Amino acid sequence: MLYIRCPYCEEYRPELEFRHAGEAHIERPSNLAEISADDMEKFLFIRENKRGIIFERWRHIHGCGRYFNCVRDTVTDQIIMTYKSGEPKPSDEEIEKAILALKEEQTS
Amino acid sequence: MANTNQALRKSPLEGRLGGGAGVTITPADPMSRMSLRVKDKDVKTVGKALGLALPTKPKTSVVSSGKDAQVSALWIGPDEWLVLSGVDADLSGALGKIKPVHSAVDISQRNTAVLLEGPKALDLLQAGCPQNLNDDVFPIGACSRTIFGKAEVVIWRTDAQSYHIECWRSFSDYVFKFMVQAAKGL
Repeated sequence: MLYIRCPYCEEYRPELEFRHAGEAHIERPSNLAEISADDMEKFLFIRENKRGIIFERWRHIHGCGRYFNCVRDTVTDQIIMTYKSGEPKPSDEEIEKAILALKEEQTS
Repeated sequence: MANTNQALRKSPLEGRLGGGAGVTITPADPMSRMSLRVKDKDVKTVGKALGLALPTKPKTSVVSSGKDAQVSALWIGPDEWLVLSGVDADLSGALGKIKPVHSAVDISQRNTAVLLEGPKALDLLQAGCPQNLNDDVFPIGACSRTIFGKAEVVIWRTDAQSYHIECWRSFSDYVFKFMVQAAKGL
């Protein structure tokens, strides 16, 4: 079971309390009525789904009920960091740092 | 004269009793319950109307002191509280005259509660709840919405060996039977 840190409850909780909620940082176009059908399709359905480090939303549905964002490695299924929704996407350096901190935690 | 029908609310767990070595499982008496949602800036005003300071730290609860009926507020989320009081308490009435916009939904009948008591109460809870409920992270007064088996519950630690488990009325049969079953294995 994954152990996920909820940034609102400020602690690690078992995965069973959470629900996955799709890719994070998808911006809703402000001119929805004007965009083409292709762009609409991209906004609604086309997702990166890449191998490696991804950004996704989770919801602490059986806890505080809040949505938050999460950085996860799809290769190792390791959750690298979580942060409140509305906060900026972490930079590559921040993610590197979080990975190093995780490794240290595991070896210590 | 026309007959008037009055809906009588019966506790879904009425008359049940369970337990095992070191733990008793009892349905709680009926209560007044309210699901309360308030914006950050209005937390103080709304809390005052209820006669307590709404807790703002995760997993904490506050019980009002005073002569009037005791009111308890449990932190559920950053803007959400579960407010509990005696069956005769008028919780929404207490909030009827305040100005701040808030949402107060009476859930007295939606929820019911089970009380666990005894040295093995924690062991019983851990049979169905994956959350860490040990003393260092879940002291007396701590509360949390979580899951128990397949049902969503709110666990509130009221004393060292006492827990108040709130669950939805329709889940209560499942929760109670799960507990009785788990108590056999203690």
